[in-house]
Amino acid sequence: MKMYEISKEAIDIQAVIDKVVQREAGAITTFIGTVRELTHGKKTLFLIYEAYEAMAVKKLEQIGSEIEQRWEGSCVAITHRVGRLDITDVAVVIAVSTPHRADSYEANRYAIERIKEIVPIWKKEHWEEGEAWMGNQLETVAYPSGKPEAGDLDE
Amino acid sequence: MNKVLFFAHLRDAVGSEFLSLDASGKTVAELKADLAATYELPRMETVMTAINEEFASNDEVIGDGDEIAFIPPVSGG
Repeated sequence: MKMYEISKEAIDIQAVIDKVVQREAGAITTFIGTVRELTHGKKTLFLIYEAYEAMAVKKLEQIGSEIEQRWEGSCVAITHRVGRLDITDVAVVIAVSTPHRADSYEANRYAIERIKEIVPIWKKEHWEEGEAWMGNQLETVAYPSGKPEAGDLDE
Repeated sequence: MNKVLFFAHLRDAVGSEFLSLDASGKTVAELKADLAATYELPRMETVMTAINEEFASNDEVIGDGDEIAFIPPVSGG
């Protein structure tokens, strides 16, 4: 069973949850990251996610190992989508099971924060007036220039 | 020879998903500087590098056959 995956197809949320079912668990938390329409008042039309897939899977595995060392008895599964995603589509699903619920919430939060630090996946925002690769997690800086340029406006 | 991979805005700037070139003996910083000059790559100071799918520091020396990837600030999740 592959616990860490990059998927070109829509993510089967229940299938990710099923991977972490264990008799020792008293809790499973599931984080579902979805495509938001408005960011600081700016309207997104759709996103393109791109991954350095081989390395992204390794880095997801690393996050899973970090969690399993830090929260005893935990079990982790993560699937991240790539390709074109529309508003409300599911971009990432993280399932964590642990013996007790507090650990499950904490570990799941840790996973998404680490994804945003070390997993080589990028999103390209498409707006009505242009497009840009997003370069940081505050979503305030886009490359190459911080905002859509005049040259992008016709696309 | 080395395969050098580009992602996100770097891929757009280079116009290709990867280049095949001989970078062995160079440090990561040297290769970065060479490519930044050739392709006018923007904001390379924010770009991380991976050698064989693991993050590498700027002073690491590239060996023959190593796969190099330039990793702009990530935005998954």
